[in-house]
Amino acid sequence: MTHTFEGYRRSNGRVGVRNYVAVIPTSIAASSVVTAIADEAGPWARATPHQLGTSQPNRARQQTERVLAGIGKNPNVGSALVVELGTEDINTESLADSIASSGKATEILTIREAGGTSNALSEGSDRLSRLKAEADQAIREEADVSELFFGVECGGSDSTSGVAANPAVGAACDRLVEAGGTACFSETPEFIGAEHILADRCVDEDTHERLLERVDTREGMTELMGVDLRGAQPTPGNQDGGLTTIEEKSLGAISKGGTTSIHGIVDYGELLPTNAGLVLMDTPGYDVESVVGKVAGGAQIIAFTTGRGSTTGNPIAPVIKITGNPKTWNRMANNIDLNAGTVLNGESIDSVGSRIFETIIDVANGSRTEAEHRRLEEFAINEIQPEELTSEVNV
Amino acid sequence: MKGRVFDDTLLQLSTSDNVGTTVDDISAGIKINIDDRSVVLVEDVPFGHKVALESVDIGGEIRKYGEVIGKATQTIGVGEWVHTHNCESTRGRGDRATAEGETT
Repeated sequence: MTHTFEGYRRSNGRVGVRNYVAVIPTSIAASSVVTAIADEAGPWARATPHQLGTSQPNRARQQTERVLAGIGKNPNVGSALVVELGTEDINTESLADSIASSGKATEILTIREAGGTSNALSEGSDRLSRLKAEADQAIREEADVSELFFGVECGGSDSTSGVAANPAVGAACDRLVEAGGTACFSETPEFIGAEHILADRCVDEDTHERLLERVDTREGMTELMGVDLRGAQPTPGNQDGGLTTIEEKSLGAISKGGTTSIHGIVDYGELLPTNAGLVLMDTPGYDVESVVGKVAGGAQIIAFTTGRGSTTGNPIAPVIKITGNPKTWNRMANNIDLNAGTVLNGESIDSVGSRIFETIIDVANGSRTEAEHRRLEEFAINEIQPEELTSEVNV
Repeated sequence: MKGRVFDDTLLQLSTSDNVGTTVDDISAGIKINIDDRSVVLVEDVPFGHKVALESVDIGGEIRKYGEVIGKATQTIGVGEWVHTHNCESTRGRGDRATAEGETT
Protein backbone atom coordinates (compact mmCIF):
# COMPACT_ATOMS: atom_id res chain seq x y z
CA MET A 1 0.00 0.00 0.00
CA THR A 2 1.44 3.36 -0.97
CA HIS A 3 0.92 6.38 1.23
CA THR A 4 1.11 9.99 0.23
CA PHE A 5 0.49 13.30 1.94
CA GLU A 6 0.10 16.92 0.87
CA GLY A 7 3.14 18.94 1.92
CA TYR A 8 5.14 22.06 1.12
CA ARG A 9 8.04 21.11 -1.16
CA ARG A 10 11.09 23.32 -0.59
CA SER A 11 13.65 24.10 -3.28
CA ASN A 12 16.19 21.77 -1.59
CA GLY A 13 13.76 18.88 -2.10
CA ARG A 14 12.63 18.43 1.49
CA VAL A 15 8.91 18.62 2.21
CA GLY A 16 7.30 20.55 5.05
CA VAL A 17 4.09 19.53 6.80
CA ARG A 18 3.63 23.08 8.14
CA ASN A 19 4.53 26.46 6.64
CA TYR A 20 5.71 28.74 9.44
CA VAL A 21 7.73 31.92 9.54
CA ALA A 22 10.39 31.11 12.15
CA VAL A 23 11.61 33.92 14.42
CA ILE A 24 14.99 32.77 15.72
CA PRO A 25 17.08 34.58 18.38
CA THR A 26 20.86 34.10 18.36
CA SER A 27 20.97 34.44 22.17
CA ILE A 28 18.85 34.93 25.27
CA ALA A 29 19.29 38.68 24.77
CA ALA A 30 16.90 38.51 21.81
CA SER A 31 14.56 35.83 23.19
CA SER A 32 11.93 38.15 24.70
CA VAL A 33 11.86 40.17 21.49
CA VAL A 34 11.28 37.15 19.22
CA THR A 35 8.44 35.98 21.46
CA ALA A 36 6.80 39.41 21.36
CA ILE A 37 7.20 39.74 17.58
CA ALA A 38 5.73 36.29 16.88
CA ASP A 39 2.86 36.67 19.37
CA GLU A 40 1.90 39.97 17.80
CA ALA A 41 1.98 38.46 14.28
CA GLY A 42 -0.17 35.36 14.86
CA PRO A 43 0.13 31.57 14.89
CA TRP A 44 1.83 31.47 11.46
CA ALA A 45 4.91 33.01 13.11
CA ARG A 46 6.82 30.71 15.45
CA ALA A 47 9.39 31.97 17.95
CA THR A 48 12.17 29.71 19.21
CA PRO A 49 13.30 31.56 22.39
CA HIS A 50 16.20 29.93 24.24
CA GLN A 51 18.43 30.55 27.22
CA LEU A 52 21.94 30.46 25.75
CA GLY A 53 24.16 33.49 26.29
CA THR A 54 25.89 35.87 23.90
CA SER A 55 29.28 34.20 24.47
CA GLN A 56 29.93 30.49 24.67
CA PRO A 57 33.13 28.43 24.43
CA ASN A 58 33.83 27.46 20.80
CA ARG A 59 32.49 23.94 20.76
CA ALA A 60 29.35 24.92 22.68
CA ARG A 61 28.77 27.87 20.32
CA GLN A 62 29.21 25.67 17.25
CA GLN A 63 26.53 23.34 18.57
CA THR A 64 24.16 26.29 19.18
CA GLU A 65 24.79 27.55 15.63
CA ARG A 66 24.16 24.10 14.18
CA VAL A 67 20.84 23.83 16.02
CA LEU A 68 19.67 27.35 15.10
CA ALA A 69 20.58 26.80 11.44
CA GLY A 70 18.86 23.41 11.49
CA ILE A 71 15.69 24.92 12.93
CA GLY A 72 15.65 27.54 10.17
CA LYS A 73 16.30 24.88 7.51
CA ASN A 74 13.60 22.54 8.82
CA PRO A 75 11.14 22.11 5.92
CA ASN A 76 8.23 23.13 8.17
CA VAL A 77 9.72 26.64 8.00
CA GLY A 78 8.73 28.68 4.94
CA SER A 79 10.86 31.74 5.73
CA ALA A 80 12.88 32.98 8.69
CA LEU A 81 13.78 36.09 10.66
CA VAL A 82 17.01 35.87 12.68
CA VAL A 83 17.11 38.33 15.59
CA GLU A 84 20.24 39.40 17.49
CA LEU A 85 21.00 42.02 20.11
CA GLY A 86 24.22 42.81 18.28
CA THR A 87 26.92 41.55 20.68
CA GLU A 88 26.61 37.83 20.07
CA ASP A 89 29.67 35.74 19.20
CA ILE A 90 27.53 33.85 16.71
CA ASN A 91 28.09 35.17 13.19
CA THR A 92 24.51 36.12 12.40
CA GLU A 93 25.13 36.67 8.70
CA SER A 94 26.58 33.22 8.19
CA LEU A 95 23.71 31.75 10.20
CA ALA A 96 21.17 33.56 7.99
CA ASP A 97 23.10 32.49 4.86
CA SER A 98 23.01 28.89 6.04
CA ILE A 99 19.23 29.05 6.49
CA ALA A 100 18.80 30.82 3.14
CA SER A 101 20.83 28.06 1.45
CA SER A 102 17.85 25.75 2.02
CA GLY A 103 15.98 27.98 -0.45
CA LYS A 104 13.94 30.22 1.80
CA ALA A 105 13.72 33.98 2.35
CA THR A 106 15.74 34.91 5.43
CA GLU A 107 16.25 38.32 7.05
CA ILE A 108 18.23 39.65 10.01
CA LEU A 109 17.03 42.11 12.65
CA THR A 110 19.60 43.70 15.02
CA ILE A 111 18.00 45.17 18.13
CA ARG A 112 20.81 47.72 18.73
CA GLU A 113 20.74 48.95 15.14
CA ALA A 114 16.95 49.20 15.22
CA GLY A 115 17.28 51.55 18.21
CA GLY A 116 16.09 49.32 21.06
CA THR A 117 13.26 46.92 21.70
CA SER A 118 10.38 49.23 20.80
CA ASN A 119 11.73 49.98 17.33
CA ALA A 120 12.81 46.35 16.95
CA LEU A 121 9.22 45.23 17.53
CA SER A 122 7.81 47.51 14.86
CA GLU A 123 10.60 46.77 12.39
CA GLY A 124 10.24 43.06 13.18
CA SER A 125 6.55 43.27 12.45
CA ASP A 126 7.19 44.84 9.02
CA ARG A 127 9.77 42.22 8.14
CA LEU A 128 7.49 39.38 9.24
CA SER A 129 4.77 40.66 6.91
CA ARG A 130 7.21 40.49 3.99
CA LEU A 131 8.46 37.07 5.07
CA LYS A 132 4.90 35.77 5.37
CA ALA A 133 4.20 36.87 1.80
CA GLU A 134 7.28 34.85 0.73
CA ALA A 135 6.20 31.79 2.72
CA ASP A 136 2.65 32.04 1.37
CA GLN A 137 3.93 31.33 -2.13
CA ALA A 138 4.36 27.69 -1.08
CA ILE A 139 1.38 25.45 -1.77
CA ARG A 140 0.65 21.94 -0.61
CA GLU A 141 1.42 19.30 -3.21
CA GLU A 142 1.55 15.54 -3.17
CA ALA A 143 4.56 13.94 -1.49
CA ASP A 144 5.45 10.36 -0.68
CA VAL A 145 5.54 9.07 2.88
CA SER A 146 9.19 8.11 2.23
CA GLU A 147 9.92 11.86 2.34
CA LEU A 148 9.03 11.97 6.02
CA PHE A 149 11.66 12.35 8.74
CA PHE A 150 9.99 11.06 11.86
CA GLY A 151 11.47 11.71 15.30
CA VAL A 152 10.45 9.65 18.31
CA GLU A 153 10.82 10.67 21.91
CA CYS A 154 9.68 9.57 25.34
CA GLY A 155 9.13 11.61 28.48
CA GLY A 156 7.51 11.00 31.82
CA SER A 157 7.97 7.27 31.27
CA ASP A 158 6.52 4.59 33.49
CA SER A 159 6.45 0.84 33.19
CA THR A 160 3.63 0.96 30.61
CA SER A 161 5.94 2.89 28.24
CA GLY A 162 8.16 -0.11 27.52
CA VAL A 163 5.21 -2.51 27.31
CA ALA A 164 2.66 -0.56 25.27
CA ALA A 165 3.37 2.96 23.94
CA ASN A 166 7.02 2.51 22.94
CA PRO A 167 6.67 -0.78 21.06
CA ALA A 168 3.55 0.62 19.33
CA VAL A 169 5.47 3.70 18.16
CA GLY A 170 8.24 1.29 17.18
CA ALA A 171 5.76 -0.57 14.98
CA ALA A 172 4.93 2.77 13.27
CA CYS A 173 8.69 3.38 12.77
CA ASP A 174 9.00 -0.06 11.18
CA ARG A 175 6.21 0.83 8.72
CA LEU A 176 7.81 4.15 7.81
CA VAL A 177 11.22 2.53 7.35
CA GLU A 178 9.67 -0.17 5.19
CA ALA A 179 8.07 2.58 3.08
CA GLY A 180 11.50 4.19 2.59
CA GLY A 181 11.43 7.05 5.09
CA THR A 182 13.77 8.06 7.91
CA ALA A 183 12.99 7.42 11.58
CA CYS A 184 15.16 8.71 14.40
CA PHE A 185 15.32 8.15 18.12
CA SER A 186 17.80 9.55 20.60
CA GLU A 187 18.41 10.13 24.34
CA THR A 188 21.75 8.35 24.68
CA PRO A 189 21.59 8.01 28.51
CA GLU A 190 18.56 5.81 27.85
CA PHE A 191 20.65 3.42 25.80
CA ILE A 192 22.62 2.51 28.96
CA GLY A 193 21.92 -1.13 29.78
CA ALA A 194 20.39 -1.79 26.35
CA GLU A 195 23.33 -0.79 24.14
CA HIS A 196 24.26 -4.43 23.43
CA ILE A 197 20.90 -4.91 21.73
CA LEU A 198 21.25 -1.72 19.68
CA ALA A 199 24.88 -2.51 18.81
CA ASP A 200 23.83 -5.89 17.38
CA ARG A 201 21.41 -4.08 15.06
CA CYS A 202 23.97 -1.65 13.57
CA VAL A 203 24.51 -2.20 9.84
CA ASP A 204 28.27 -1.64 9.93
CA GLU A 205 31.24 -1.74 12.26
CA ASP A 206 31.70 2.04 12.25
CA THR A 207 28.15 2.68 13.48
CA HIS A 208 28.55 -0.10 16.04
CA GLU A 209 31.76 1.44 17.43
CA ARG A 210 30.41 4.98 17.45
CA LEU A 211 27.26 3.92 19.27
CA LEU A 212 29.20 2.17 22.06
CA GLU A 213 31.61 5.10 22.29
CA ARG A 214 28.72 7.60 22.69
CA VAL A 215 27.10 5.48 25.40
CA ASP A 216 30.47 5.27 27.23
CA THR A 217 30.84 9.04 27.02
CA ARG A 218 27.35 9.66 28.44
CA GLU A 219 27.85 7.13 31.21
CA GLY A 220 31.30 8.61 31.88
CA MET A 221 29.71 12.01 32.50
CA THR A 222 28.42 10.67 35.81
CA GLU A 223 32.08 10.18 36.76
CA LEU A 224 33.14 13.57 35.44
CA MET A 225 30.54 15.08 37.70
CA GLY A 226 31.10 12.57 40.52
CA VAL A 227 27.43 11.77 40.72
CA ASP A 228 25.27 8.71 41.09
CA LEU A 229 23.05 8.31 38.04
CA ARG A 230 20.42 6.71 40.26
CA GLY A 231 19.32 10.10 41.61
CA ALA A 232 18.41 11.30 38.10
CA GLN A 233 17.81 8.15 36.06
CA PRO A 234 15.24 6.81 36.39
CA THR A 235 13.75 10.12 37.54
CA PRO A 236 11.69 10.17 40.76
CA GLY A 237 8.56 10.23 38.56
CA ASN A 238 9.78 7.21 36.57
CA GLN A 239 10.38 5.43 39.90
CA ASP A 240 6.85 6.20 41.10
CA GLY A 241 5.69 4.67 37.83
CA GLY A 242 7.50 1.41 38.61
CA LEU A 243 10.85 1.86 36.85
CA THR A 244 13.65 0.80 39.21
CA THR A 245 16.91 1.09 37.24
CA ILE A 246 18.30 2.82 34.16
CA GLU A 247 18.70 -0.61 32.52
CA GLU A 248 14.97 -1.26 32.91
CA LYS A 249 14.10 2.22 31.61
CA SER A 250 16.47 1.84 28.63
CA LEU A 251 15.18 -1.61 27.65
CA GLY A 252 11.70 -0.11 27.46
CA ALA A 253 12.86 3.12 25.80
CA ILE A 254 14.68 1.54 22.84
CA SER A 255 11.54 -0.25 21.69
CA LYS A 256 10.15 3.09 20.44
CA GLY A 257 12.59 2.88 17.51
CA GLY A 258 11.10 -0.38 16.28
CA THR A 259 12.97 -3.46 15.20
CA THR A 260 14.81 -2.50 11.99
CA SER A 261 18.57 -2.16 11.47
CA ILE A 262 20.37 0.96 12.69
CA HIS A 263 21.90 2.79 9.74
CA GLY A 264 23.88 5.48 11.53
CA ILE A 265 24.29 7.76 14.51
CA VAL A 266 24.38 11.54 14.05
CA ASP A 267 25.38 14.35 16.43
CA TYR A 268 22.95 16.53 18.35
CA GLY A 269 21.08 18.69 15.82
CA GLU A 270 22.96 17.26 12.82
CA LEU A 271 21.06 16.84 9.54
CA LEU A 272 19.27 13.48 9.29
CA PRO A 273 20.05 11.64 6.05
CA THR A 274 17.35 11.11 3.39
CA ASN A 275 15.57 7.73 2.99
CA ALA A 276 17.95 6.40 5.59
CA GLY A 277 15.84 3.95 7.57
CA LEU A 278 16.39 4.01 11.32
CA VAL A 279 19.07 6.46 12.51
CA LEU A 280 20.10 7.37 16.06
CA MET A 281 20.91 10.86 17.31
CA ASP A 282 23.28 11.39 20.26
CA THR A 283 21.26 13.64 22.59
CA PRO A 284 20.81 14.17 26.32
CA GLY A 285 17.85 12.55 28.05
CA TYR A 286 16.14 15.90 28.69
CA ASP A 287 13.10 15.56 26.43
CA VAL A 288 12.65 19.19 25.32
CA GLU A 289 16.30 19.49 24.22
CA SER A 290 16.17 16.08 22.63
CA VAL A 291 13.06 16.94 20.56
CA VAL A 292 14.69 20.21 19.45
CA GLY A 293 17.81 18.28 18.35
CA LYS A 294 15.74 16.08 16.06
CA VAL A 295 13.72 19.01 14.67
CA ALA A 296 17.04 20.77 13.95
CA GLY A 297 18.00 17.54 12.16
CA GLY A 298 15.02 17.98 9.85
CA ALA A 299 12.29 15.91 11.52
CA GLN A 300 8.90 17.27 10.37
CA ILE A 301 6.85 15.23 12.86
CA ILE A 302 7.58 13.96 16.37
CA ALA A 303 5.85 11.12 18.21
CA PHE A 304 6.21 11.48 21.98
CA THR A 305 5.29 8.64 24.32
CA THR A 306 4.47 9.19 27.96
CA GLY A 307 3.29 7.03 30.81
CA ARG A 308 2.95 9.55 33.61
CA GLY A 309 1.60 12.30 31.35
CA SER A 310 3.48 15.03 29.49
CA THR A 311 2.31 18.23 27.81
CA THR A 312 5.46 19.02 25.82
CA GLY A 313 5.19 20.33 22.26
CA ASN A 314 7.48 22.14 19.82
CA PRO A 315 7.09 25.43 17.91
CA ILE A 316 8.18 24.02 14.52
CA ALA A 317 7.16 20.34 14.40
CA PRO A 318 3.81 18.88 15.43
CA VAL A 319 4.18 16.54 18.40
CA ILE A 320 1.86 13.51 18.57
CA LYS A 321 1.36 12.35 22.16
CA ILE A 322 0.81 8.66 22.90
CA THR A 323 0.33 7.05 26.29
CA GLY A 324 0.34 3.38 27.25
CA ASN A 325 -1.15 4.12 30.65
CA PRO A 326 -4.98 3.90 30.62
CA LYS A 327 -5.21 6.00 33.79
CA THR A 328 -3.17 8.80 32.22
CA TRP A 329 -5.34 8.63 29.09
CA ASN A 330 -8.46 9.08 31.21
CA ARG A 331 -6.94 11.90 33.22
CA MET A 332 -5.14 13.85 30.46
CA ALA A 333 -6.94 13.07 27.21
CA ASN A 334 -6.89 16.78 26.29
CA ASN A 335 -3.09 16.68 26.08
CA ILE A 336 -2.75 13.24 24.49
CA ASP A 337 -3.60 12.19 20.94
CA LEU A 338 -3.56 8.40 21.11
CA ASN A 339 -4.28 5.74 23.70
CA ALA A 340 -1.92 2.77 23.47
CA GLY A 341 -3.11 1.53 26.87
CA THR A 342 -5.48 -0.71 24.93
CA VAL A 343 -2.50 -3.04 24.57
CA LEU A 344 -2.99 -3.98 28.22
CA ASN A 345 -6.52 -5.13 27.31
CA GLY A 346 -5.48 -7.17 24.32
CA GLU A 347 -5.16 -4.82 21.30
CA SER A 348 -2.09 -5.95 19.36
CA ILE A 349 1.04 -3.78 19.16
CA ASP A 350 0.73 -3.97 15.39
CA SER A 351 -2.83 -2.64 15.47
CA VAL A 352 -1.86 0.34 17.66
CA GLY A 353 1.18 0.90 15.43
CA SER A 354 -1.17 1.05 12.47
CA ARG A 355 -3.31 3.70 14.22
CA ILE A 356 -0.18 5.72 14.98
CA PHE A 357 0.99 5.48 11.36
CA GLU A 358 -2.40 6.72 10.09
CA THR A 359 -2.21 9.60 12.59
CA ILE A 360 1.24 10.53 11.26
CA ILE A 361 -0.25 10.78 7.74
CA ASP A 362 -3.20 12.85 9.03
CA VAL A 363 -0.86 15.21 10.87
CA ALA A 364 1.38 15.46 7.78
CA ASN A 365 -1.73 16.52 5.85
CA GLY A 366 -2.37 19.34 8.32
CA SER A 367 -4.46 17.78 11.06
CA ARG A 368 -3.49 19.47 14.32
CA THR A 369 -2.24 17.64 17.40
CA GLU A 370 -3.40 18.34 20.96
CA ALA A 371 -0.12 20.17 21.66
CA GLU A 372 -0.69 22.33 18.59
CA HIS A 373 -4.28 23.12 19.59
CA ARG A 374 -2.96 24.37 22.91
CA ARG A 375 0.08 26.14 21.45
CA LEU A 376 2.45 24.15 23.67
CA GLU A 377 5.79 25.04 22.13
CA GLU A 378 8.66 24.35 24.51
CA PHE A 379 12.07 25.10 23.06
CA ALA A 380 15.52 24.53 24.61
CA ILE A 381 18.95 23.90 23.13
CA ASN A 382 21.39 21.55 24.83
CA GLU A 383 24.41 23.43 26.20
CA ILE A 384 27.68 21.52 26.29
CA GLN A 385 28.76 21.63 29.94
CA PRO A 386 32.16 22.87 31.19
CA GLU A 387 33.00 19.35 32.44
CA GLU A 388 32.42 17.97 28.93
CA LEU A 389 34.56 20.69 27.35
CA THR A 390 37.38 20.11 29.86
CA SER A 391 37.25 16.38 29.28
CA GLU A 392 37.51 16.98 25.54
CA VAL A 393 40.64 19.13 26.04
CA ASN A 394 42.27 16.48 28.23
CA VAL A 395 41.66 13.64 25.80
CA MET B 1 1.83 -7.32 23.80
CA LYS B 2 4.94 -9.36 24.40
CA GLY B 3 4.86 -11.92 27.18
CA ARG B 4 2.03 -13.49 29.14
CA VAL B 5 -0.48 -12.10 31.64
CA PHE B 6 -1.38 -14.38 34.55
CA ASP B 7 -4.82 -14.06 36.16
CA ASP B 8 -5.28 -10.65 34.47
CA THR B 9 -2.90 -9.37 37.12
CA LEU B 10 0.76 -9.99 36.43
CA LEU B 11 2.69 -9.66 33.16
CA GLN B 12 5.82 -11.72 32.56
CA LEU B 13 7.54 -10.21 29.50
CA SER B 14 9.99 -13.05 28.87
CA THR B 15 10.05 -16.63 30.12
CA SER B 16 13.48 -16.12 31.71
CA ASP B 17 12.26 -13.15 33.81
CA ASN B 18 12.23 -13.56 37.59
CA VAL B 19 9.92 -10.56 38.08
CA GLY B 20 6.44 -9.83 36.75
CA THR B 21 4.81 -6.41 36.21
CA THR B 22 1.42 -5.67 37.76
CA VAL B 23 -1.29 -4.51 35.35
CA ASP B 24 -3.40 -3.04 38.19
CA ASP B 25 -2.99 -2.07 41.84
CA ILE B 26 -2.70 -5.44 43.62
CA SER B 27 -3.27 -6.08 47.34
CA ALA B 28 -1.28 -8.24 49.74
CA GLY B 29 -2.58 -11.81 49.98
CA ILE B 30 -3.72 -12.06 46.36
CA LYS B 31 -2.72 -15.41 44.84
CA ILE B 32 -1.66 -15.49 41.21
CA ASN B 33 -1.48 -18.78 39.35
CA ILE B 34 1.53 -19.14 37.10
CA ASP B 35 1.34 -22.41 35.17
CA ASP B 36 1.75 -25.19 37.72
CA ARG B 37 2.63 -22.98 40.68
CA SER B 38 1.36 -19.85 42.40
CA VAL B 39 2.72 -16.59 43.78
CA VAL B 40 1.09 -14.95 46.80
CA LEU B 41 1.72 -11.22 47.15
CA VAL B 42 3.29 -10.49 50.53
CA GLU B 43 2.61 -6.74 50.31
CA ASP B 44 0.50 -4.25 48.29
CA VAL B 45 2.06 -3.53 44.89
CA PRO B 46 0.96 -0.55 42.81
CA PHE B 47 0.08 -0.65 39.09
CA GLY B 48 3.13 -1.05 36.86
CA HIS B 49 5.50 -2.19 39.61
CA LYS B 50 7.35 -5.50 39.90
CA VAL B 51 6.75 -8.66 41.92
CA ALA B 52 9.36 -11.39 42.48
CA LEU B 53 8.33 -14.65 40.80
CA GLU B 54 11.33 -16.48 42.31
CA SER B 55 13.45 -15.86 45.37
CA VAL B 56 16.67 -13.93 44.74
CA ASP B 57 19.82 -13.87 46.92
CA ILE B 58 21.73 -10.69 47.72
CA GLY B 59 23.68 -9.73 44.59
CA GLY B 60 21.48 -11.94 42.43
CA GLU B 61 20.34 -10.75 39.01
CA ILE B 62 16.89 -9.25 38.50
CA ARG B 63 15.65 -10.10 34.98
CA LYS B 64 12.92 -8.36 32.94
CA TYR B 65 12.53 -8.24 29.13
CA GLY B 66 14.78 -11.34 29.20
CA GLU B 67 17.65 -9.02 30.25
CA VAL B 68 19.39 -8.12 33.52
CA ILE B 69 17.94 -4.84 34.86
CA GLY B 70 19.84 -4.75 38.17
CA LYS B 71 21.00 -6.68 41.22
CA ALA B 72 19.28 -7.48 44.49
CA THR B 73 20.59 -5.45 47.45
CA GLN B 74 18.92 -7.81 49.93
CA THR B 75 17.38 -11.24 49.83
CA ILE B 76 14.06 -11.10 48.01
CA GLY B 77 11.32 -13.68 48.61
CA VAL B 78 8.67 -14.89 46.18
CA GLY B 79 5.72 -12.45 46.07
CA GLU B 80 7.71 -9.46 47.33
CA TRP B 81 7.61 -6.04 45.72
CA VAL B 82 10.86 -5.44 43.78
CA HIS B 83 11.92 -1.80 43.53
CA THR B 84 14.64 0.67 44.56
CA HIS B 85 14.58 -0.56 48.19
CA ASN B 86 15.86 -4.02 47.21
CA CYS B 87 17.20 -3.71 43.65
CA GLU B 88 19.80 -1.38 42.18
CA SER B 89 21.39 -0.53 38.87
CA THR B 90 24.93 -1.62 38.12
CA ARG B 91 25.47 1.31 35.77
CA GLY B 92 26.22 5.03 35.94
CA ARG B 93 27.77 5.05 39.42
CA GLY B 94 30.09 8.04 39.07
CA ASP B 95 29.82 8.59 42.83
CA ARG B 96 31.52 5.26 43.51
CA ALA B 97 34.33 5.93 41.06
CA THR B 98 35.01 9.27 42.73
CA ALA B 99 34.86 7.80 46.20
CA GLU B 100 37.31 5.11 45.20
CA GLY B 101 39.59 7.61 43.51
CA GLU B 102 39.23 5.98 40.13
CA THR B 103 39.66 8.04 37.04
CA THR B 104 38.37 5.76 34.35
